[in-house]
Amino acid sequence: MADEILGAPELPKAERMKVQRHEMPVQNPLARIRNFFEVALGYSAETAIEEAQRCLQCANPPCVKGCPVGIDIPAFVDLIRKADFEGSLAKIKETNTLPAICGRVCPQEEQCEIVCVMAKKYKPVAIGRLERFVADWERDRGLVSTPELAPPSAHKVAVVGSGPAGLACAAELARFGHKVTIFEALHKPGGVLVYGIPEFRLPKAIVTFEIQNLARMGVELRGNFVIGRTATVHELLNGYDYDAVFLGTGAGLPYFLGIPGENYIGVLSANEFLTRVNLMKAYDFPRSDTPVRTGRRVAVVGSGNVAMDCLRTAKRLGAEEVICVYRRTRNESPARREELEHAEEEAIDFRWLSAPLAIFGNEEGFVTGMRIQRMELGEPDASGRRRPVPIPGSEYEIAIDTAVIAIGQGPNPLATKSTPGLELNRHGNIVVDERTLMTSIPGVFAGGDIVTGAATVILAMGAGKQAALGIHDWLARLARGEVIKPQLA
Amino acid sequence: MFKVVSKEEIAPKFHRFVVEAPEVARKHRPGQFVMVLPSDDGERIPLTIAASDPGSGTVTLVVQEVGKTTMAMGLMTAGQEFFSVVGPLGTPTHIERFGTVVCVGGGAGIAPMLPIAGGLKNAGNTVLSILGGRTQELVILREEMAAVSDEIIHTTDDGSFGRKGLVTHALADLIAQRGNPDLVVAIGPAIMMKAVAEMTRKLAIPTLASLNSIMVDGTGMCGACRVEVDGKTKFVCVDGPEFDAHKVDFDLLIKRLRMYIPEEQVARERFMGAHECRATAGIARG
Repeated sequence: MADEILGAPELPKAERMKVQRHEMPVQNPLARIRNFFEVALGYSAETAIEEAQRCLQCANPPCVKGCPVGIDIPAFVDLIRKADFEGSLAKIKETNTLPAICGRVCPQEEQCEIVCVMAKKYKPVAIGRLERFVADWERDRGLVSTPELAPPSAHKVAVVGSGPAGLACAAELARFGHKVTIFEALHKPGGVLVYGIPEFRLPKAIVTFEIQNLARMGVELRGNFVIGRTATVHELLNGYDYDAVFLGTGAGLPYFLGIPGENYIGVLSANEFLTRVNLMKAYDFPRSDTPVRTGRRVAVVGSGNVAMDCLRTAKRLGAEEVICVYRRTRNESPARREELEHAEEEAIDFRWLSAPLAIFGNEEGFVTGMRIQRMELGEPDASGRRRPVPIPGSEYEIAIDTAVIAIGQGPNPLATKSTPGLELNRHGNIVVDERTLMTSIPGVFAGGDIVTGAATVILAMGAGKQAALGIHDWLARLARGEVIKPQLA
Repeated sequence: MFKVVSKEEIAPKFHRFVVEAPEVARKHRPGQFVMVLPSDDGERIPLTIAASDPGSGTVTLVVQEVGKTTMAMGLMTAGQEFFSVVGPLGTPTHIERFGTVVCVGGGAGIAPMLPIAGGLKNAGNTVLSILGGRTQELVILREEMAAVSDEIIHTTDDGSFGRKGLVTHALADLIAQRGNPDLVVAIGPAIMMKAVAEMTRKLAIPTLASLNSIMVDGTGMCGACRVEVDGKTKFVCVDGPEFDAHKVDFDLLIKRLRMYIPEEQVARERFMGAHECRATAGIARG
């Protein structure tokens, strides 16, 4: 075969350290702010093999402990070095069913890469980029590898929500041989992966491909089904006859600032802005039917990953000035460094130490401006970050056509409030057993943002997997008659 | 997919769809709505459920052609399918035996009123209905509403049917003759609900309004539908759609409904252009 790729030899340890970490090829910023295509282009096979050569193959690898789902990182990296990409992906899939997604959106710099031994003196092995490479390699070739499934059990499990937690939980349960149905409220599966994360960071075709893999494993997907409205959790257990339920409903409730003027037209939650653009394809209006309007000047309040997505989306929709308003500094920004750097390259106007005080509008009710308070950093607060303190007399105003509020999301109460007996904490998150992730209702489990508050894709996936183990164990006890399903009240 | 079992034009630009949606039909309570996405690349729009039949697993939706999406729905025929119908959404109407209830429905607002009036009637209330429209044929669902009302008054702007004038005039006269009812329910254009609320506030008559704000998901996720009720921000899709009409900031609602008027215009013209071309082409060939 002309395009056969040969592996690379194992280098002596000292040699490995001399190889520089390979940069990720990206679209030029001037070009990419005019399109919605993916920014990071991915490694070539040659680059991936060279990068894989850098791995020290530690006997007691810290990276595996840094991974929330415990992927055998040295093993999959070494298989890349040997150009056994299929084998490498199979190794990853032993623990992670969504590698193309995790390779893109996991904060590796805080998890596996930060503890990489190479990082002590040099730069860490680009674990995330390698994970992404093998997953893309499989998809590009139309190869499909579904994991081996246990013989069918007699049990049916309902998974509520098709975001990262639900998908991971469903995959794991299917492997155990259980019949799984995922219930999704929206018309497309994927949860935050499709309504929240933009195309330029996570192409939707990838999410679709991963979900098709689940379908091949026998997982049934029911869209347009809102738990709490179309059916309740208790009805799933009784009328619908599921033996267990997993709640992975995420953090879908947008928070607003509570400042004057927040209901002017053109003040949107990050959820609304991103859902219009990503799920409903508003960037293609009027070819698609859902509009979104940005105007010339857009302010995004907040500086997390969701805020970065909003800023960069606004830029791509054609806004001339896109302003990030954040009350702390770049150092305290919760966004991934990579996302921040990409946004900076795209000429986002960052106003650090700036807190919005009020939003203004005109007679017709449209937003026209925002009053901002300059801040300085004071003593550390409960989060350990230095508390922003207003500088008296420093208020100023900016003219804007749109304001996007990206200060976080809470738990959507539709499923929880309609479930009597489900214990919640004071924030409305579900309380679970730390080990099994079972809630206060026997047979009902929960994981992901609905338990932890808004966090990351990989943590939600880890929780989905952990809950699947809890559910598997509970179903075994149910079969032995040691536990009973709760009856409809 | 959600099959359209039947579709009929009940008035100019008003279409009644009976749609297969068994889970929605089973759970529907008066006051609730569905989000409908007619086609894959379409737009999600909220439509209040006018009737449901758990036996046949269908819900009835009444759609008025106002924008591109509803105009395209107007061209659909029985046997075709909606890409998505999700629900029932929103908090159901609180129904109990209040005594005498006046149901004020204007234009497309008569459709969501139908199950509410029916529910109130079943709960033992005396239901007096006031239905209004611009002209006779736009006073929709007259027979259906008559079946669940003890008395019914019709109004038209042009005097072509019933009494000439607005529903608020009829309501004022009704109250003058009979005294205060125990509850007023108003569903219709925001401006109509505002006028009803202003009248009944002075008389301290408890009044509910069902709000029709812009929505995207309909499950509390986006906040596009937010309104101010009693000075607090509420989401129509989960906290509503019904609220104490005396506490709703209708001026804000009316403004927020205008958010996408230019885009609606673009979409409508583009759609009409495409369909005119097709019509012309048909004639040329024919």
